[in-house]
Amino acid sequence: MRLPSAKSLFLAAMGAAALLIPGLAPAAEPKVLRFAFQGELKSADPYQINESFSLSVNGAVYEGLVRRGPDMKLQPCLATSWEVLNPLHWRFHLRKGVKFHEGQDFTADDVLFSAHRVLGAGSDLKGRIPADAEIVKVDDYTVDFLLKTPDPWLINEWESWGIFSKSWSEAHGATEATAMNATTPPYAGLHANGTGPFILVSHEPGVKTVWKRNPNWWDKPKTNIDEVVFTPIPNAATRVAALLSGEIDWMDPVPLNDQARVNANPGTEVLAGPEIRTIFLGMDQSRDELGHSSVKGKNPFKDVRVRKAFYEAIDEEAINKKVMRGQATPTALMIAPSLFALSKDFHRLPFDPAESKKLLAEAGYPDGFEVQMDCPNDRYVNDEQICQAVVGMLARVGVKVDLNAEPKSKFFAAISAAGGFDSSFYLLGWTPTTLESFNVFQYIMGCRDPKTNWGGNNVGDYCNPKVDALARSALQEPDEEKRDEIFAQAWRISLFDDVGYIPLHQQALAWGVSKSTHVIQRPDNYYVFAWVNKD
Amino acid sequence: MIAFLLRRLLASVGVLIAVGLIAFAMFRYVGDPVNQMVGIETSAQERAQLRHQLGLDQPAMVQAARFLMNAARFDFGVSYQFKQPVADLIAARMPATLELALVASILALAAGVPMGVYAALRRDSALAKLFQALSLIGISLPTFLIGVLLIYLFAVVLRWLPSFGRGDVVRIGSWWTTGLLTVSGLKSLIMPSITLALFQMTLIMRLVRAEMLEVLRSDYIRFARARGLSEHAVHFRHALKNTLIPVITVVGLQLGSIVAFSIITETVFAWPGMGQLFLQSIQNADVPIMAAYLLMIATLFVVINLIVDLIYVAVDPRLRVHLNRA
Repeated sequence: MRLPSAKSLFLAAMGAAALLIPGLAPAAEPKVLRFAFQGELKSADPYQINESFSLSVNGAVYEGLVRRGPDMKLQPCLATSWEVLNPLHWRFHLRKGVKFHEGQDFTADDVLFSAHRVLGAGSDLKGRIPADAEIVKVDDYTVDFLLKTPDPWLINEWESWGIFSKSWSEAHGATEATAMNATTPPYAGLHANGTGPFILVSHEPGVKTVWKRNPNWWDKPKTNIDEVVFTPIPNAATRVAALLSGEIDWMDPVPLNDQARVNANPGTEVLAGPEIRTIFLGMDQSRDELGHSSVKGKNPFKDVRVRKAFYEAIDEEAINKKVMRGQATPTALMIAPSLFALSKDFHRLPFDPAESKKLLAEAGYPDGFEVQMDCPNDRYVNDEQICQAVVGMLARVGVKVDLNAEPKSKFFAAISAAGGFDSSFYLLGWTPTTLESFNVFQYIMGCRDPKTNWGGNNVGDYCNPKVDALARSALQEPDEEKRDEIFAQAWRISLFDDVGYIPLHQQALAWGVSKSTHVIQRPDNYYVFAWVNKD
Repeated sequence: MIAFLLRRLLASVGVLIAVGLIAFAMFRYVGDPVNQMVGIETSAQERAQLRHQLGLDQPAMVQAARFLMNAARFDFGVSYQFKQPVADLIAARMPATLELALVASILALAAGVPMGVYAALRRDSALAKLFQALSLIGISLPTFLIGVLLIYLFAVVLRWLPSFGRGDVVRIGSWWTTGLLTVSGLKSLIMPSITLALFQMTLIMRLVRAEMLEVLRSDYIRFARARGLSEHAVHFRHALKNTLIPVITVVGLQLGSIVAFSIITETVFAWPGMGQLFLQSIQNADVPIMAAYLLMIATLFVVINLIVDLIYVAVDPRLRVHLNRA
């Protein structure tokens, strides 16, 4: 048997002594933020997937030219200022003296490189910059963006366009976000080098990710967190238990059923607030014969009276009260009130089953008809239950709805362009990532055009060229108030004259936090570690 | 003997090909993987391009053939969601699952055998009846519920044990990680391993009890008693030894299912093992991980069965004679 060496004995004794004598232990324990989410972080490379969880968490490492504050207002970040010389010419002045985590200096070359990377193969954030834009380095700290068409919202999504270091990416063969046919594992998927407030320490996909505070960050830190540990906990009951038992400080989401328990527990609370995502119902207005239904030879949803009858048959107040436990915010629009200044001028059509029945009879369906409703069951807050409520409400006006609730992987496969937009009646949610109305008109309200992706998520193909023309005219309008007027007109036509969609509500965010952890909740459900403080 | 081995091996390959084909057929119903790989604003062209890169636009037969060819070379490609090689992802998760399965098996044996023996020897005692009742609960309560109940009691109310994860792990060699060497790792192991072991334990207990009762009725036990051997020697030297032969077979076979059924336990406890990886990959339609996992589990079962068959032949002379004649 080998005896332990003198050195290891000495070290063991020292260790024991350190445990016994409190004075020898370091004075301040590092503050560790333990964070859990229902899904996993797919990659440390933010260009990999355009999904808010991945973008916000990776945003602790990679910063954009601009960022958003707790009030969602744009702030300077890696750009100290910018000016719109004319609608096609934007100039950005870059921050001097910023260093990447591994020591590289931040310059205009990194911006040019990151623009190239975000538009390149494998990137899912191609929409951040118009593909035909020309990006010019004026000097080391000035960059010009020359556009072909005006885009008043060019920088709206740039918070999540994180800037990569050119030399680091080239040194590690990470000049492209990974394409699926890559043969070597992507370096940037497991390693990161940004300019942000936190440095990636380790990323075990689907298991655990650790960051530590960047001591050399250019900005004054608003956090006292030294280390962040993220663990995915897919099971809701376990996630709640971990919060109640104090093993984690912050988690998302808290299921509606468990909110009372989290609030009743002395050390924890639910941080709720309206999310900017709108939940709505869509109807197929494109096919000449409605699929998945009892109607033959025609499509009732092409008749505005039927769409209006569906709208008026739905008691959104009851859905909010019973299904959403009062946590949702019923809405008349397809854009969150916080993102549209004129939203208070709009009110939902009244809940009126008698009128609804009358409209159905006028349209030639006095006895209603039968139609299938497609609904995800693991995507939005209580999505399947909302659909069940809708089924019950429509039954009262004589419409028999067969509910087809599926996991999101199957649901989105069927209703997407690849699935042939195969749905007659469906529930969907939408967050305008640019945080303004145009995005909704472009993807949800616009007449489908497969060439330009205009109306790319308009499953039912609601189409009114007048609405499209209005939305496009807003692009040319530099004045924000006048733009809002244009959008108000477009909303009036599309949602009230045409009833192209049935908006339901803004679902509520529900973060579970320990009372000793102070976080700031943004309505776009961004998790900003740099704003967290622990007692 | 060699002919027997070859026959069994051929049959095993047949089983694996069948599993591969069934798995491939199933993947067509989990949804569109491309949807899980990109954001909702990604255009139809880009999605089509991605689909083409993945070969998902080819005819089903071509895809099936390619899938089987790659699987035969243990090449499962790159995970759709993590963009990392599937082999690396599974290897990183394997130690967690194997440790959990091993501890659960030991636990099931260590508790199940004595309980079974006791229930057979003291058939009418109150404790034996309690064991019987408990085993009924263990067999009928779903793993999911047991896990959540344990978490609620020991993590939330009593705060003795962690509710999720594996605690701190120590790296051994290039890829093995173990939670057996740290306090937090051991504490984290307690609830998941009990949850996973419970079903096996009740199974073993009931099996041992039934076998033991059977053996106790046999002639040689009566003769042993007639020879005046002590009760202790009769029960433990003669009866128990003969009872354990079928028990060991079953336990061996169950080892495969412990690994396979750890999916639920791992998900409840956010245990970072292969089962959790598999379940998440179903939700994300991550076909490469699903394929690799299913074939790995199938291989595990096939290998265990093969070993059991070979041991039978080695142990039981009657089978050998039969084989030689054939």
